[in-house]
Amino acid sequence: METGEIIIRLVLIVVIFLISLVVAMYSTYAERKIAAFFQDRVGPNRAGPAGIFQPLADGAKMFLKEEIIPTNSSKFLFIVGPSLAIMTACIGSAVIPWGQQIQIGGKLYDLQVTDINVGLLYIFGVVSLGVYGIMIGGWASNNKYSLLGAIRAASQNISYEIAMGLSIIALLMVRNTLSLKEIAEQQHGWHWNVLYQPLGFILFIVCAFAETNRSPFDLPECETELVGGYHTEYSSMKLGFYLFAEYINMFVSSAVMVTLYWGSYNYPGMDWVAAHLGTVAAPLIGTVVVFAKIFLFIFFFMWVRWTIPRFRYDQLMDLGWKGLIPLAIANIIGTGLWITFVK
Amino acid sequence: MESLSNKRKVIESKPLNFWERIYLPAIAKGLSITLKHFLFKKDVTVRYPEQKREFSENFRGMHSLKRDENGKERCTACGLCALSCPAEAITMIAAERQPGEEHLYREEKYAAVYEINMLRCIFCGLCEEACPKEAIYLDGDIVPADYLRKDFIYGKDKLVEAPLNQ
Amino acid sequence: MSIFYFIAFLSILFAVLVISAKNPVHSILYLVLTFFTFTIQYVLLNAQFVAIVNFIVYMGAILVLFLYTLMLINLNKDSEPMKTNLVKIAAVLGGGCLLVVIVAALKAIGASDPVVFKDPNLGLVKNLGKVLFNEFLLPFEVSSLLLLSAMVGAVLLATKDPKTA
Repeated sequence: METGEIIIRLVLIVVIFLISLVVAMYSTYAERKIAAFFQDRVGPNRAGPAGIFQPLADGAKMFLKEEIIPTNSSKFLFIVGPSLAIMTACIGSAVIPWGQQIQIGGKLYDLQVTDINVGLLYIFGVVSLGVYGIMIGGWASNNKYSLLGAIRAASQNISYEIAMGLSIIALLMVRNTLSLKEIAEQQHGWHWNVLYQPLGFILFIVCAFAETNRSPFDLPECETELVGGYHTEYSSMKLGFYLFAEYINMFVSSAVMVTLYWGSYNYPGMDWVAAHLGTVAAPLIGTVVVFAKIFLFIFFFMWVRWTIPRFRYDQLMDLGWKGLIPLAIANIIGTGLWITFVK
Repeated sequence: MESLSNKRKVIESKPLNFWERIYLPAIAKGLSITLKHFLFKKDVTVRYPEQKREFSENFRGMHSLKRDENGKERCTACGLCALSCPAEAITMIAAERQPGEEHLYREEKYAAVYEINMLRCIFCGLCEEACPKEAIYLDGDIVPADYLRKDFIYGKDKLVEAPLNQ
Repeated sequence: MSIFYFIAFLSILFAVLVISAKNPVHSILYLVLTFFTFTIQYVLLNAQFVAIVNFIVYMGAILVLFLYTLMLINLNKDSEPMKTNLVKIAAVLGGGCLLVVIVAALKAIGASDPVVFKDPNLGLVKNLGKVLFNEFLLPFEVSSLLLLSAMVGAVLLATKDPKTA
């Protein structure tokens, strides 16, 4: 790898990192605003015009609050927990293609940090690792509510990972590759995977809700039963990290869904745009399209959160094991038949 | 047993049918309802410090000590309000009106010090009812928040109505 | 090569910490780290698929389950069963046998010869799939049958006997 490319990769990493942090920050604001609109309220409107500096105020508050570490907690792990949570949330974005190749000075540059040929599995691995932050934090708190939250998180994540993996397998059978870049390229124009895999997409998005611990599957932090769930004992910025990690997870999983099922940077009429606007502007429009789709998904996450009540724990497990997994297997079989006999 | 009011509703819980079991139609219905609120319904919030909602007619807020039509204080420091106060929030010290003060106080006796502890007051309005001189009314605004306990003891400076035509 | 030795050192260090840690939860976490170093080794060998599968299956699923069960069971000192001398001797014998088998196996394949890949991209998904589903189809399917039977067994153990219940 030559120096130019290394520099551009580094810039890309920093930019993506910053973007995911800013998006996560403003997701907290968006969540409160959107929740307010769904409930015919106003939402935060004091800090700055329409309250747009609210996240900064929240951040300042988080940093300045007293940091409490329970006496009987395991101190090292208590600190490791939130750090792990936010770290695993951030590294997922490394393999997502944010746009087509951009031509600068006669050279093509990828808008992707790295294209490993098992990119899809990498995402999957990172997601499965995300539960460690919650488990370690919950256990280290030395509090029964936290522990119960952590255990719920663990069993929920493992259960839904299976259905998620199975729903991805059907997608792989259609697209024949694990590289996210190639998957994005194959969905040129309007050939979005959601048109070939509607059931797979529904399964995937349900699992994505469960994996990010978002409502209606936010059992690990279920206030009515477990106070704060795994972050009951956390205060100040360590709590902030947990909450932040949830929003980054939401951003990354939205990006994954856009890449896998909703055509990534592709949109109908992109060839015409590419022919008329040149090699720099057209990919940038593609990037804008990616982000527009991601924001739509984040909006959808919030829309669902403020609509659907939380599942009961046994309903959650029933849905996962008796509903989603058999459906995912049926989807695989159906896709197999479709590939053999129709395609 | 026979229901007396005839309002009892027998609820039968049938097992969910297929469409109910896959949740999706119900979810879509719920989402459409919330989206309607998101897009079309106006918010009902009153932005409080800037906008104020009208109080109801019998709202009891901060006390005010009234003046008569000539601008003299009506209170004669009889102590009935303090006596009637169930929270014992009112204290006062009476004084005799000196010659030359007739334009200030209506009767020969007046309250030199009149204090209401707003932390104790329960805004029941009994003082208002007890007052024979119609000198105290709970017709003010909401008592504002403060940082120190001593700042909640309201003296005459805060309670007495502003003098007329000044 | 120096990366290899550094990572190998870390693997052994964490593996030792697994068995020497007093707190069982800590030792599981050390085990997680050990598996993570294995993942790095696989990546160094350009076996991306194995690396990521090790990552997902071992770190992401099996050890989470370990941690899960450890958090559920009571790990007080007094609830730990006493180990008799007989058990200890049996454990030493068993461990010794395992060691002998491993050493013998390593000697038999001649580990001192440097392993040279015929194809450096062997570890990539496409090649691995081709090898698995052509050359090693029978063992692959047999092992999947084995896993299936294990799953059926687990389900059988978990369900109550209709006669007694």
